[in-house]
Amino acid sequence: MEGLKNNPIVKAIGTQRLVAFIALIVIYLAFGLLNNKFFSYATIVNIFDASYYIGFMAIGITFVIATGGIDLSIGTVLSCSALMAGYLNVSKGLPIVPTILLCVAIGALFGLMNGWMVSKMKLPPFIATLGSMMLSKGLGAIVTMSQSVTWKSSTSEEGWYRNIFRINSQSGVIVPTGFILLIASAIVMAIVLNKTRPGRYILALGSNLEATRLSGVDVDKWQTLAYVFSGLFAGIAGVSYASIYQVILPGAGSGFEMDAIAGVVIGGTSMSGGNGTIAGTMIGVFIISVLKTGLPFIGLNTAWQQVATGLVLIIAVFIDVCNRRRKG
Amino acid sequence: MEGEKVGNVILKMKGIDKSFPGVHALKGVDLEIKKGEVHALMGENGAGKSTLMKVLTGIYSKDKGSILYEGREVAFTNPKEAQEAGISIVHQELNMMNHLSVAQNIFIGREMMNGKIINDGKMEEESRKLFQKLNIDIDPGEIMGNLTVGRQQMCEIAKAISRECKIIVFDEPTAALTETEIEGLFKIIRDLRKKQMGIVYISHRMDEIKKITDRVTIMRDGEYVATLITENSTKDDIIKGMVGRVIYEDPKEKSNVPTDAPVVLKVENLRAGKMVKDVSFELHKGEILGFSGLMGAGRTETARALFGADKKDGGNIYINGKKVEIKTTKDAVKAGIGYLSEDRKRYGLVVEKTVAQNSTMANLEAFSKGFFIDKGKEAKTALEYVKKLKTKTPGVDQLVVNLSGGNQQKVVIAKWLIRNCDILIFDEPTRGIDVGAKSEIYHLMSELAAQGKSIIMISSEMTEILRMSDRIIVMCEGRKTGEITIEEATQENIMYAATKRD
Repeated sequence: MEGLKNNPIVKAIGTQRLVAFIALIVIYLAFGLLNNKFFSYATIVNIFDASYYIGFMAIGITFVIATGGIDLSIGTVLSCSALMAGYLNVSKGLPIVPTILLCVAIGALFGLMNGWMVSKMKLPPFIATLGSMMLSKGLGAIVTMSQSVTWKSSTSEEGWYRNIFRINSQSGVIVPTGFILLIASAIVMAIVLNKTRPGRYILALGSNLEATRLSGVDVDKWQTLAYVFSGLFAGIAGVSYASIYQVILPGAGSGFEMDAIAGVVIGGTSMSGGNGTIAGTMIGVFIISVLKTGLPFIGLNTAWQQVATGLVLIIAVFIDVCNRRRKG
Repeated sequence: MEGEKVGNVILKMKGIDKSFPGVHALKGVDLEIKKGEVHALMGENGAGKSTLMKVLTGIYSKDKGSILYEGREVAFTNPKEAQEAGISIVHQELNMMNHLSVAQNIFIGREMMNGKIINDGKMEEESRKLFQKLNIDIDPGEIMGNLTVGRQQMCEIAKAISRECKIIVFDEPTAALTETEIEGLFKIIRDLRKKQMGIVYISHRMDEIKKITDRVTIMRDGEYVATLITENSTKDDIIKGMVGRVIYEDPKEKSNVPTDAPVVLKVENLRAGKMVKDVSFELHKGEILGFSGLMGAGRTETARALFGADKKDGGNIYINGKKVEIKTTKDAVKAGIGYLSEDRKRYGLVVEKTVAQNSTMANLEAFSKGFFIDKGKEAKTALEYVKKLKTKTPGVDQLVVNLSGGNQQKVVIAKWLIRNCDILIFDEPTRGIDVGAKSEIYHLMSELAAQGKSIIMISSEMTEILRMSDRIIVMCEGRKTGEITIEEATQENIMYAATKRD
C-alpha cells in the first residue's frame, strides 16, 4: 500500500479518486457480467442521459463544498427555473433562446441570493440554503399554479433545443451531445478552480477563512461567487433535465441535490472545505448514474439505487477517513 | 550589539490607549523602533504586547495616541493597508491555508499571473529562490498541511519577508521551532537587521532576548514600564520590570496545610503530547497547589491529561496511595476529581438550563428514580448549595445564562461538590470575573480547602498565585521547572522558573 501510494501516477490522481475510478469500472463491468444486455450503446446513452442534470449540479456545488459550505437548494432551484422558464415558453410564447437563458439566469439569481446570505448576512450555509430550497420549491409551484410544465417536443418548431443534449438522427443513431457539453464544462470549471484567482481564493477561504482575509483577499466576494456558480449550474442542469425528460413536475427536483452532493463526496472532495476536484466529482456522478441505469438490469428497482448509492458513499468516505488517520 | 549600525527612528508609537468592554488593555504605551535594530517587547501574559502589535498592524483601532511611521502620522484600518505600507507581522497563531501548497500560501492575494491563468510554476520558482536566500530546505510544491508546525512557521516567516517591508513583527516565533530552526531564524533576523529593517521581537525566552535583540521595551498590565539597552541589562533587570507591580492583595505568608497532611494525589512522570513532559507532583489534603507559568507552558494540558480529557502517553496516578487508571473523564470523576474549565460557558455549564439542572448534572444517578428525575430532591439539594456557596440567584429555576460570571462559577463548584469530588482542579478560576466576585471565589476556595478538599489552581495571574497557593508548581514548555513553597515564593523566583528552558 505504501509503495502504491508513492507511485507518481497515483500521487497525481489522488488515492481516493483512483479508488473511485476503479470502483466505477468494477460496477460497470459487474452489471455487464450479471446481464450481458447491459453492454450496449443504448445503455451507455441511458447512463449519460441520467448523468447530465446530476453532473451539472455537482460541478457547481463542488465550489460551494470547497468553501466548507453546502447548498441544499440546487435540486429545487433546478425545477423552479425549468418550471418558470418552460411556463413562459409554452404558455406565454417566450422564444426558446431567451427561455434557456432565463432558466440559467434564475438559477444564478438564487445562487447570488444564497451567496449574499452566507457572506454578508453571515447565515449558516445549511440554514440559508434550506430557506431558499423551500422558497424555490414554493415559487415554482406558484408560477405554474401547481401544474406540471411540458417543454416542447422534438417535433415541434422550437424542438431543436433538445439536440443540445441528445441528437436522435433520422437513421436512428443517437449522438449524446450532452456528454460532450458536460465534459467540456467540467474541464473549464476544473481550470477555473485550480488555475485562476477565483478558484484559488475559494479553496483558500475554505481552508482558512481568517488567514485568507488577513492576506488581504476580499473573501465575501469569492464566497458569494461559489454560490453563484452553484446556482448557475443548477439552472444549466434545469435546461438539461427539461431537454432529456421534457416534463417538469412542481417539486420534481427535491432530493436531486443529495445525488449531486453524494457525487462530489464520492469523488474525494471533503465536506470541511479547502479542497475540491472536478474530475473526482465527475467520477462520483457517473458511479451514481451507472447504478441508476444498471440496477433495473439485474431486476432491482430504483429503491435499490438509493441503497447502493448510500453504501458507496459511506464506503468511499470511510476509505478517505482511514487514509487520513494513517497519515495524521 | 552592533550598535553602530542602528539608524534613524522608523516607528514611534506614543501614548497608545485601547479599551475593550470591561478591560483597559493599553494605557498610554510608548514604543520606538529604529532602522536596523531588533527590539524586544516583553511582559507577562496579558501585559498587552499582542494588542499593541494588533493596533500597529490595523487589526484593532486605537482609542488614543499617535503612530508616527517614517515621519508620517498613520492609522491603518486593516492589515492590508499596513502590509502595503511595509509593516508585516508573523502571528503567534499560524495563519495558513493547510490545503494549498507552500508557494500558493506565500503568494496568496498577489498571485503571479499568465493572463487569466495562475502561474504556479513561477510562484514555486520564486519561493525556491526565497528559501535558498533564507537557507530553508522546504519544497515549495509541498502541501502546507503536510509540514511540521516548525516548518509551517518558517513558511509564514518567509511569507512576511517576501513582501517589501520595512518593519517586521515576530510574535513568539520560536515557540514551535527546534534548536536548528531557531538558529536559522536568528541568521535570517541578523540579515534583515543588516538591511536596515526594523524588527519587533516578542518572546518570553530570556536567552533569546539576550542573544538577538538590541533594545528591550517592557510592558506590564497594559502600561509602558521602560526601554532598556539589552547589552547593559541583566535578566534580573528585565524580570523586575515585568513583575514589579505593587501588590494590593496581601500574599499568603505561610501554608495552611499541616506538615503531616496525607498525600491525596500523586502524579508520576505524566506525559501527554508535546505539552506535558514528565510532570510529577503531589497534592496534600486541604492544600491549594498553584500552577504558574506563561502562556503555553502546558498547565491546562497537564490538568486535562490528569483528568482523562486528553490521551496520556505515559505516567502513573495514585489517589490516596492507590494506583488508578484514568482513561476517560468518567474514570476521573469516579476517582473523585472535578475539573473546572477556564472556559466555563463552553465546557463547564449548560447555560440555557437552570441552576438546579446544572448543579446535579454530574451526579444525575443520585437524583433519579428509575427513568425519571426526582425534581423535588434536585431542587432541594441545589437550594442547599446555593445557600452554602452564597450564590446570588433569584431561585434554583433561574437559567444560568442570566447569572454573573462569579455566580456561574459557583454553580460549577456546586456541581462538583454535589458529585462528592475531593480533588478540584480550578483552571483560571477568576477569569472574566469582576473584582468583588473574585474575592468571594477566593474565600470559597480557602473554605473548601479548610474543609479538607484538595485544590489544584491553574492561574496566569501572579497575584492570584501568591495570594491563594500553599505551594507553587511552575511550568515552562511542558516541563516542571520549579516547586516553591509559599514562604519562599516571590514574583521574581516564579518568573525565573517560568522562563527557564533546558
